[in-house]
Amino acid sequence: MNLKYYQKEYECMPLDELKKLQGKRLAENFRHVYENVEYYRKRCQEAGVTPDDIKGLEDLDKIPFTCKDDLRQTYPYGLFAVPMSKVVRIHASSGTTGKQIVVGYTKEDLDIWDDCTARQLVAIGADENDIVQGAYGYGLFTGGFGLHGGATKLGCEVIPISSGNTQRQITFMQDLKSTVLCCTPSYAAYLGETLKDMGLSPADIHLKAGIFGAEPWTEEMRRDIEKSLGIKAYDIYGLTEVMGPGVAYECTEQKGMHVNEDHFIIETIDPETGKRLPDGEKGELVFTAITKKAFPLMRFRTKDIGVLNRAPCGCGRTFVRMSKPMGRTDDMLIIRGVNVFPSQIEGVLLQNGYPPNYEIHVGRENNTDTFEILVEMVPEKFSDVVSEISKQEKALESALLSVLQIKAKVKLVAPKSIARSEGKAKRVIDTRKLHD
Amino acid sequence: MTVNQISIFLENKPESLSQLTDVLAKNNVNMRALSLADTSDFGIARIITDDCAAAEEILKNNDYIVKTTGVVAIEIPDEAGSLNKILKLLAENGRNIEYMYGFTGRKTNSACMIIRCTNMQKTEEILEANGIHTISQEELKDI
Repeated sequence: MNLKYYQKEYECMPLDELKKLQGKRLAENFRHVYENVEYYRKRCQEAGVTPDDIKGLEDLDKIPFTCKDDLRQTYPYGLFAVPMSKVVRIHASSGTTGKQIVVGYTKEDLDIWDDCTARQLVAIGADENDIVQGAYGYGLFTGGFGLHGGATKLGCEVIPISSGNTQRQITFMQDLKSTVLCCTPSYAAYLGETLKDMGLSPADIHLKAGIFGAEPWTEEMRRDIEKSLGIKAYDIYGLTEVMGPGVAYECTEQKGMHVNEDHFIIETIDPETGKRLPDGEKGELVFTAITKKAFPLMRFRTKDIGVLNRAPCGCGRTFVRMSKPMGRTDDMLIIRGVNVFPSQIEGVLLQNGYPPNYEIHVGRENNTDTFEILVEMVPEKFSDVVSEISKQEKALESALLSVLQIKAKVKLVAPKSIARSEGKAKRVIDTRKLHD
Repeated sequence: MTVNQISIFLENKPESLSQLTDVLAKNNVNMRALSLADTSDFGIARIITDDCAAAEEILKNNDYIVKTTGVVAIEIPDEAGSLNKILKLLAENGRNIEYMYGFTGRKTNSACMIIRCTNMQKTEEILEANGIHTISQEELKDI
């Protein structure tokens, strides 16, 4: 059986019907959030908006935005819209400070998520005969479980190998004959290199496609991965706050990602004024969850910059296509698939007795992100013995690891050697080429 | 007895050592001994001067991170086996040497060893008890 769509009735829904459906679902879910989330209700009351004012898509502009800071303010459960007895899963992502942000799902929400990732798999030509190697990290990160759910629902054989242990990944590709690889693009590139290092070629494995997301990557990197693994490489978009991977998915046309518009409304706005932009104009991506119940954010500002394309797609889907994110409106970095905020690093430094003067160096070597933090030495940490100072470096590295969930190399530098800037500090030196 | 040693934090990059010696030269600080310890990232310069307090002040004023530590200085004859004798003694008494370096005296032909162990007081006691003289800050000027 060669399926082309997983849920054709939605994926190819005529635009006017789709808009009507979105409007209806928006009104319902706005009411649901208004009635069940006190924090957001107050915001609506301040803005003078009630559920009676939201009747359809045309009323979208009246709905107040939700920002990342709202998630921090309401940590952990303040934005949940169902009783905790209905919540069956929690995932988490980095917050701007030391604390994580936490999201939840009902059983039905997980069903929606599974549908979204199953659509992705089918859109790239997968079906129940495929063997999916889940090499995204499993755990609080949404990557692993996200595609796992859709692949299971579709009836694929799923290998929940998680990330890491690269040689075993290759061995499994050979022995278990996996046909679809899911992981971050940088890890896919690394797997391609490892394959070569092991004296193997794409002919020795059975992969035909890969679904890669959670970090920015370029068309050049896509071609590299396709060549080194002998596959077609596809992009997937998602974020924990909205759901996880599968908010938008690429089809075999490889010309942008279709947003699952029966579940999410996407807008692009001017990040300065908050005004909605017409399709085709570059702006901040904003999502509204119109079917999810446990953690449905209204007009969530992602701080990702992108463009929408409403032109018909060769695959026949009517869902709007979004570009790859072209950058951020804030200082968030994505390093090895993990969101990192400079403010988190600053917090750890202060807690550990270091000055908040630091410089973050991010680069890419052998397709893997390098991450080094220059920190100024202080008299209190200085010793006449080398091993004592190395111990201080290691202690700071483990404190950073526990907050960032990713390993950074600490380099202690001379006092006052990091440039003091007037106004906005230039703290990040990122030499990766992430956008086309 | 111990003598004062100044340790200075340096980045492991070109010029950082010459910048240090430049500051010392401009301020007329004469180094009696110098030792460097380094990793790929940073280094520690350890120096002995006649006027430790003055040197420390000068370096701090030039934004260096410095630390003064007491180390033992021992004059040993410039002949085979003389250092071995001392190190054997420290080893037998369970002293762990963190670092050590040497310099030659201005007046005598003897060599002078600087030793830093984990417990300096205990180290001094062991040396004195075995008749090995540790040089005082005052004596250092005359060596």
